[in-house]
Amino acid sequence: MSKYFVRRLAMSVVTLWVIVTITFILMHSVPGNPFANENKNIPEVVYQNLLKKYGLDKPLSEQYLIYLKNIVRWDFGESMKSNTETVNEMIARGFPVSAQLGLQALLIALIIGPALGAIAALYQNRFPDYISMIVSIIGVSVPSFVMGTFLIQFVARNVDWLPIGGWGEWRHTILPSFALALMPLAQIARLMRSSMLEVLGQDYIKTAKSKGISRTAVILKHAVRNAILPVVSILGTTVSNLLVGSFVIEKIFGVPGLGMFFVNSIYNRDYTLIMGVTVFYAIILISMLFIVDIAYTLIDPRIRLTKEGR
Amino acid sequence: MDSNTIYTKEMFQKAPRELRESETIKRPSISYWSDVWRRLKLNKLAMAGLVILIILGIMSIIGPYMSDFSYYEQDYSAINLRPNKSYWFGTDELGRDLFSRVWLGTRYSLFIGIAAALIDFGIGVIYGGIAGMASKRVDAIMMRIAEVIYSIPYMLIVVLISVVFSSTGAGTSMFVLILAMTITGWVPMANLVRGQVLQLKESEYSMASESLGASKSWILKKHIIPNTLGPILVNVTLTIPRAIFSEATLSFMSLGLQAPRPSLGTLVSDGLAVMPIGLFYQILIPAIIISLVMFSFNVLGDGLRDALDPRLRK
Repeated sequence: MSKYFVRRLAMSVVTLWVIVTITFILMHSVPGNPFANENKNIPEVVYQNLLKKYGLDKPLSEQYLIYLKNIVRWDFGESMKSNTETVNEMIARGFPVSAQLGLQALLIALIIGPALGAIAALYQNRFPDYISMIVSIIGVSVPSFVMGTFLIQFVARNVDWLPIGGWGEWRHTILPSFALALMPLAQIARLMRSSMLEVLGQDYIKTAKSKGISRTAVILKHAVRNAILPVVSILGTTVSNLLVGSFVIEKIFGVPGLGMFFVNSIYNRDYTLIMGVTVFYAIILISMLFIVDIAYTLIDPRIRLTKEGR
Repeated sequence: MDSNTIYTKEMFQKAPRELRESETIKRPSISYWSDVWRRLKLNKLAMAGLVILIILGIMSIIGPYMSDFSYYEQDYSAINLRPNKSYWFGTDELGRDLFSRVWLGTRYSLFIGIAAALIDFGIGVIYGGIAGMASKRVDAIMMRIAEVIYSIPYMLIVVLISVVFSSTGAGTSMFVLILAMTITGWVPMANLVRGQVLQLKESEYSMASESLGASKSWILKKHIIPNTLGPILVNVTLTIPRAIFSEATLSFMSLGLQAPRPSLGTLVSDGLAVMPIGLFYQILIPAIIISLVMFSFNVLGDGLRDALDPRLRK
């Protein structure tokens, strides 16, 4: 186990390094530099000073080493477009907002999704199954930006209590959380349904029933517990879906989170911010994948890791 | 006949000697794919998806020519018109005909999705096939590389590549979008193919072929790949909507196709801009079509998976 842990950790670090390097190469292969194509008439001295400030006057290899060193020290540098905030400060401001939204959405998806899937499997080909399948088909077919727009148009405009957008009170988070949660919720429900159907056909369910255990106990203790394992294994993907969804949802609902900063940094071509947020997202996602993988091997007794790793 | 009947010798007849005739198969044999098709036809949802896709596909080809107006022509005397007799889907804020724009957008979106899926398919089959057939050492190295590439968050790399290319001034072209999506997108396909190859490599028919002197590449081409086509097809069907969805998300970040070329994503994000002033139809139509495309590919992919799964065969 500890060997697997170490190997998996090493893989994550390598992956992160690859991402940081790719990000660096891509952002520095943008033709010209961020100041050249803006104000053509800035004085030469100012231009040189700007280059110096962002370290762009040094050779590329040196810039790369400085960049790596800074990331290890958790320093993403200064924003190229904002004079008042560093990238670190922007992440510190935007991330809590995004995290709250993301966690609420994750919670919605993790409570409703498995329940919907389990109910569908228990009532296979009957009314509850159809309802839950319709919800999950809508969930995977309707992109989150369409869902967000429709929620604004049909719900927020008719319910005074729910605001169209903005941030501040808890009620501001309700609609964006649901819009964000729908796609992962649907994916989880579909996965849960098929895995539940498979589990319900297993012999140990029959054994449990024949021992006279109540229906509720069979479902909760024997069926759901086993059927939920595949859902755990896709949690990493779910988090990354939530993240991508947040780019769009935050923009539609005007939520001042990291996703909105990221989209705006792309509009403004704020390269240090793009790089910083990309690396930050990558760190979060890769740690999530790592945690999910380790958790999965811990909760599923069928996975016994052999000496050679896997 | 009840149980009391006494069987006498006269009641029996000698069987004809032509035993061969009784051995012939009278019914036409059903090939693998026609069997799959037969089972797919029973799945109403998947068939609905297929029909919708065919209709959308045809409309994406002929739709832009059905309208009297081109997709880029701007008419300032006819801006933001609601759907009417001459503009079937209305016009946008530049006075462009939304009917031809929507169907052209469908064409580009479908094209991006299908092209990305086919490239994923090509790279995945080659890479996965080689990894599966190669020695254990080579396989391990190839799979480590794939694992690292796969851990790179898909959308982040797509965004980065689009940012770089759109900064060159030429704007995001179709080629760049497809490149960005396939650069990490091929890994699941390669994993799938490798897994199948490893399994089928040990099968009796591969061994038979090998003992008859077939080379590795022959076995791969003639025996293994045809047998992995089923799961691969399902994967391709489910990759297409993902690519279309990614393109739409990119459009939202101003990284989609360059104007005046429309895609379903750019149409939806243009529609969002005018929604606050009450022009809901501009976002509604492309939103419905993009949802229909996603729905159809998803149910078709699910249906195919069920039809191909031998465990579900009754």
